[in-house]
Amino acid sequence: MAGIETGNLRVSIWRGQAEGRFVDYEVPARDNQTVLDIVTWVQRHLEPSLAYRFACRVGVCGSCAMTVNGRPRWTCRTHVRKVAGNGRLIVEPLRNLPRIKDLACDMTPFFEKWQRAGGRFKGNAGRGDPIPRLDPSSAQRREAAAGIECINCAVCYSACDSVAWNPEYLGPAALNRVWTLVNDVRHQDQDGIFQAVGKHGGCHDCHTHGSCVEYCPVDLNPTASIAGLKRRSLSRLFAGGNS
Amino acid sequence: MNQGRSDRRHAGYAAFVIHRLSGVLLALFLPLHFLALGLALDGARALDEFLVFAELPWVKVSEWGLVVLLSVHLTFGLRVLVLEFLPWRGVRKGWIGWGAGVAVAAGLLFIVGVG
Amino acid sequence: METRLFALQRFSAMLLAPLVVVHVGLILYAVRGGLTAGEILGRTQDSIGWGLFYGLFVLAVSVHAPIGVRNVLKEWTAWRGRSLDSAMLLLATALLLLGLRAVWAVVV
Repeated sequence: MAGIETGNLRVSIWRGQAEGRFVDYEVPARDNQTVLDIVTWVQRHLEPSLAYRFACRVGVCGSCAMTVNGRPRWTCRTHVRKVAGNGRLIVEPLRNLPRIKDLACDMTPFFEKWQRAGGRFKGNAGRGDPIPRLDPSSAQRREAAAGIECINCAVCYSACDSVAWNPEYLGPAALNRVWTLVNDVRHQDQDGIFQAVGKHGGCHDCHTHGSCVEYCPVDLNPTASIAGLKRRSLSRLFAGGNS
Repeated sequence: MNQGRSDRRHAGYAAFVIHRLSGVLLALFLPLHFLALGLALDGARALDEFLVFAELPWVKVSEWGLVVLLSVHLTFGLRVLVLEFLPWRGVRKGWIGWGAGVAVAAGLLFIVGVG
Repeated sequence: METRLFALQRFSAMLLAPLVVVHVGLILYAVRGGLTAGEILGRTQDSIGWGLFYGLFVLAVSVHAPIGVRNVLKEWTAWRGRSLDSAMLLLATALLLLGLRAVWAVVV
């Protein structure tokens, strides 16, 4: 741990499950520190039973996502200096997901909605078939490319108030994912997607708050993807008569 | 499971809240508006009596409020239509500022006209 | 059904936009120097144009408002399902009837 000691930070961390409380810890402040460093320090020196998730530590896996001072973020990419202006940190698990223990939440509902939205790719080619030629500069492929970098960290899902207010709402990540499949010419189950997003909890429950765009760590725009689904659902309604 | 706090301090969210609240208030106002206009069924005098009542200061302030609410609901609504129907990728934050500005201007014109 | 409601709400919004601009413009013009029944009715009475304008306005708003209110209630209260949908249909009918009555009152 490089850097000069510059006093202590007051860190409140959620301990417990759905029932629980914030416990305060004093953590030595360093010049260069991420929130993940803070949580790790607490677990190693003060509270061995603290549960939290991380993997890569370098901002490519999304495992360390938590709510820091009210904002969902990747803790390994959150410098303490940027968020703890007055030396104060409040760390809790991601919003909108069931709490397993302390800072670890249950991602099951997140992935269930991903599947329910029609997010599983279905092709019609086998290994004996020629590789399909996709033009990366085609409009469709560019639309898909704009959303494909999602690593399912659930930051957008946590940021979204429509998810908080409407338990059935599929959420920005799942809808962004199916928009990339809608634009994938190889995907065979387009009807399945529009059946899923055309009913309660589907794309029409998005009210364009834009919190997903505000907080996505890889600068994706689920709001725009969902708008694409809305437009396409309308053109299908007027073309085919079914939603 | 919506346990937990959330920081909603960004322009797009403010626009949503204002758009939604203005819509609810306008929806509540509409039946009253229709009933007031319906007074004309009893002749111009009946409507005039209501309009005299509407000269009261607090009523005029409410009318100003409604003009602003309707204008802001329109401008923020246009932003939503643009975001949903035009294939732009940004969230058009500039439209929020301009939209609020138009609503304020409408309110000012109302005050100037009445005052 | 959600897709259909979405379509109705957005298309009624597109229709309402120019109507609202005209309406607000008219309000800002008409309030100058005070509002009287004579001034209002002098404009609207026996006017097919204003009758159609406000008739269309009432129709569009009777579609647009209840769908919006339905969203608010679904998300901010525990009310949802069939009874909410029925209530919104009732609201739409009420707005349509009261609104058309108001248009009748000032045009006829």
